[in-house]
Amino acid sequence: MRKIVALVSGLIFGAGLTLSDMINPARVRGFLDVFGGAWDPTLAFVMGGALSVMAAAWLVVSMRAKSLLGHDMPGAPSGTVDARLVGGAAVFGLGWGLVGVCPGPAISGLFLGGWPILVFIAAMIAGMMGFSLVQKRA
Amino acid sequence: MNFVLNDALAGLAGGMLIGLAAAILLLGNGRIAGISGILGALVNTKLPALWAENLLFVAGLAAAPLIYTLSFARPDIDITTSVPLLIAGGVLVGIGSRFGSGCTSGHGVCGMSRLSKRSIIATLTFMAVAVATVTVMRLIAG
Repeated sequence: MRKIVALVSGLIFGAGLTLSDMINPARVRGFLDVFGGAWDPTLAFVMGGALSVMAAAWLVVSMRAKSLLGHDMPGAPSGTVDARLVGGAAVFGLGWGLVGVCPGPAISGLFLGGWPILVFIAAMIAGMMGFSLVQKRA
Repeated sequence: MNFVLNDALAGLAGGMLIGLAAAILLLGNGRIAGISGILGALVNTKLPALWAENLLFVAGLAAAPLIYTLSFARPDIDITTSVPLLIAGGVLVGIGSRFGSGCTSGHGVCGMSRLSKRSIIATLTFMAVAVATVTVMRLIAG
């Protein structure tokens, strides 16, 4: 059952990225280009829609000890803000700005985005694997 | 500003679908729908216990746009970045999202919606840096 839930969630997530056009890096960069004179606010509406539904979901979580399938819920978020969090987010933001692609839209573009998205995905996975190797040694 | 009502409505509806997907994973499996975390665990040196579940989520994410094109117009995927910067961008997104423990989905959608201080600070940071990056690139390109 867990596997079916994961597949359905992935499918709906990908449909949301496609319907909202966040699958298109040009659209995302249009949002990030705040000072370019033709700012595209679409991403803000996407965030607003996603946050409203998820805020309701967290409210349900707060009233339950276990998930609907009886699994443990995620613990309370850590409040620790350190250099690793901010530095990692800054590095991520630099890469996101350069191309306009973050991990979700990268995977959703796999079959429709042609070679540029394949190059991006390969580089992103290489970066993630590099992180894993460093983690292992630490 | 370039406001188009239909784009905003499609964005809102698509965003609610993204929120619904994350809510299903959270309320069903008790998991955070953070793409960098789910994908990162799959390409780790050690496979996670939930690898099949992670793989199915990623498969759904990749398959959905194909299914979408059966009924709707094929979405544009415009990348204008040069190949060296494309590779650099991918590597930076991969490393940064793992070191920062999340990306637009994990911190932006899942974390901010529970008012996590870490996620709000991470999201503000990557948004600000991405805006600065796009701005500098536009100025350089002239």
